[in-house]
Amino acid sequence: MKTPPLKIIFFFAICIGYALNSVIAQTENMVTVKGGVYIPLYGVDSTAVKVDDFLMDVYPVSNSEFLAFVKKYPQWKRSHVKRLFADKNYLVLWKDDNTLSDQLKPNSPITGISWFAAKKYCECQGKRLPTIDEWEYAAMADDKTIDARKKETYNQYILEWYETPKSFNNSIGSTFKNYWGIYDLHGLVWEWTLDFNSVLISGESRKDVDKDSNLFCGSAAVGASDLMNYAAFMRYAFRGSMKANYAVKNLGFRCVKDIDITP
Amino acid sequence: MKSKKPFVLLSSTGLFIGVLLMILSACSENKEAEAKNYLGPEGIPVSQEMIAELTSPPNVPGPTGRRKAKKLIVNMEVLEEEGEMTDGVKYVYWTFGGSVPGSFIRTKIGDEVEFHLKNHPDNKLPHNIDLHAVTGPGGGATSSFVAPGHETQFSFKVLNPGLYVYHCATAPVGMHIANGMYGLILVEPEEGLPPVDKEYYVMQGDFYTKGENGDRGLQPFDMKKAVDEDADYVVFNGKVGSLTGDNAITANVGETIRLYVGNGGPNLVSSFHVIGEIFDVVRVEGGDLINENVQTTLVPAGGAAIVEFKVDVPGTFILVDHSIFRAFNKGALGMLKVQGEENKKIYSGKQEEGVYQPEGSGIQEMPVDKGVAQTEETAKSLQEKMEFGKATYMRTCFACHQAEGQGIPNAFPPLAKSDYLNADLNRAIDIVLHGKTGEITVNGEKYNSVMTKQDLTDEEVANVLTYIYNSWGNSKKEVTTSMVANRRNTH
Repeated sequence: MKTPPLKIIFFFAICIGYALNSVIAQTENMVTVKGGVYIPLYGVDSTAVKVDDFLMDVYPVSNSEFLAFVKKYPQWKRSHVKRLFADKNYLVLWKDDNTLSDQLKPNSPITGISWFAAKKYCECQGKRLPTIDEWEYAAMADDKTIDARKKETYNQYILEWYETPKSFNNSIGSTFKNYWGIYDLHGLVWEWTLDFNSVLISGESRKDVDKDSNLFCGSAAVGASDLMNYAAFMRYAFRGSMKANYAVKNLGFRCVKDIDITP
Repeated sequence: MKSKKPFVLLSSTGLFIGVLLMILSACSENKEAEAKNYLGPEGIPVSQEMIAELTSPPNVPGPTGRRKAKKLIVNMEVLEEEGEMTDGVKYVYWTFGGSVPGSFIRTKIGDEVEFHLKNHPDNKLPHNIDLHAVTGPGGGATSSFVAPGHETQFSFKVLNPGLYVYHCATAPVGMHIANGMYGLILVEPEEGLPPVDKEYYVMQGDFYTKGENGDRGLQPFDMKKAVDEDADYVVFNGKVGSLTGDNAITANVGETIRLYVGNGGPNLVSSFHVIGEIFDVVRVEGGDLINENVQTTLVPAGGAAIVEFKVDVPGTFILVDHSIFRAFNKGALGMLKVQGEENKKIYSGKQEEGVYQPEGSGIQEMPVDKGVAQTEETAKSLQEKMEFGKATYMRTCFACHQAEGQGIPNAFPPLAKSDYLNADLNRAIDIVLHGKTGEITVNGEKYNSVMTKQDLTDEEVANVLTYIYNSWGNSKKEVTTSMVANRRNTH
């Protein structure tokens, strides 16, 4: 690797000035998710996780928004990006560095971006990527309830989406609005999370069952909770197959922001 | 070595033959020595590199014959794509190589397989592969986990001859298998399997859809039914009709057939049977054990069997899962069409026929539940009626009256250009509703048979009769639901 470390640091620091300016403006398309304690899909009572209040983007980041980002930060253009930060599939469907191809709609979610790019985008907006727990917490809501994971219809909806090809080309906002006022957590694209690779999956799910009994007890019971675990399994399997420089056609992202606790 | 000998030939033919014999015997001794040199299959040396021929069902790659073990490169692509389960019913299949079951892989013991698993960028999910022919953790699954738009590579040496299942083992495993992610890999012994005339690839699988069997449109996978093992479809080679009609497998009289039969499951065990044949040889569970003269062989989910039989007489032989409702109601039915000379000594054909009714003429029937809601889509145009009618025809009528309405001589009367059918529409409706027994004359031929009452809704009867009347040179009448309802009420 020839790139000197200092250059990398510079590279990461470059958008800070911009971020400070845009913080207030950017919270407009965000809504508050009121925190709470939840049991992750894979968990049992003792594994309950506390999630603090946070702001989340109402929509996933769109193609046109990401286009504006690369124009402002050319080091994230397709031909400029470092392989370390994004593999060859990065923005592969774009016509060139500055143009979407005809098959991509401006208001469809951005996909084909790496974790590094998504993280940087959020930082440049004064935001960050959601953690797995934040994302899962917000995404367990359907249109009426905070935790719809026990509803069979809700899980069937998620499972059906996992089987629907090419949904990445639908528009943002085309799925349902959930309890918090957030769209498209299910039904459009997968989304990057900050700590996507913190759950280690070997890829051999049968082995994972006894590898970490807290995480994967899903194969045990029959019934609604089992169905629920199947949806979770698929998300965790997907995350487990990722590396931070992968760019994937069905994977986008959105950002979150901490709520300032001002007395 | 032979190239050095011509000048010897010139000087003395006798000497040459002597030398040649010596060389030959030395060679075969060398071979034996070589064979004994390595301890077990893991010691088999590989020469050369070869790209594996992969075939989609029902085809099988050519035999490995006497070739030596090689480095065998397998390129397998995972595709998630929409296909047709049966007429009018769509399903999103997840596949190895674009077919269900996945591509057939043929190897020879000692082969070093270099496996490349490629996950198409359009796919939603990560996948991997567990090959039962692999000796190693997860059968390769731990090493082959691959994200969409990426490729993984791992290698293994095949150590045990036999026929093995491979499948996806990514969470949730059951769902990946239920959507079609399975196939077969054959490991041939050093000398190869004995040659036969025809080889085919047949693999059973059970499918679970949100709608019931026959419900139209794109049907999503139903997790609850899969957990309950309540299959809507049980099929050979991924869909209803993949081995029937024009897709039937074929052979000629006197040929020996070898079927590589697998069962992907995810749930059901298959009682594999060929109607009208006895398996001369079954390589039980795909292993070394040979059983002879078998009627039905059990193929476990995630298991396989090799069956061999010689076909002695012409005709259509039906492949079924002899858990027989699966065959006639859920799709587990295939056909082997054999052409050639009749052999009346082995099979005479029908010699006599009459009606036998010890309990009067009443035909056994099931009680009809009049309260069943008719949730089926309603046909709105003649074109849709034809389409829906054809689907019903292929499910209900096709077995006797055949695909082109030609019937079967001496047994089932034709519907194509049928004078009997076209003469009286109400009579035709009545026959579908109430059945028909006794002698009739159709196009100058006498038929004396029994058609049972068909358990169809008024709309289904209207559609199927409209389809029949508007096909194969019939009188193009359109039958409406109310016409059928009228006839039903007059009885």
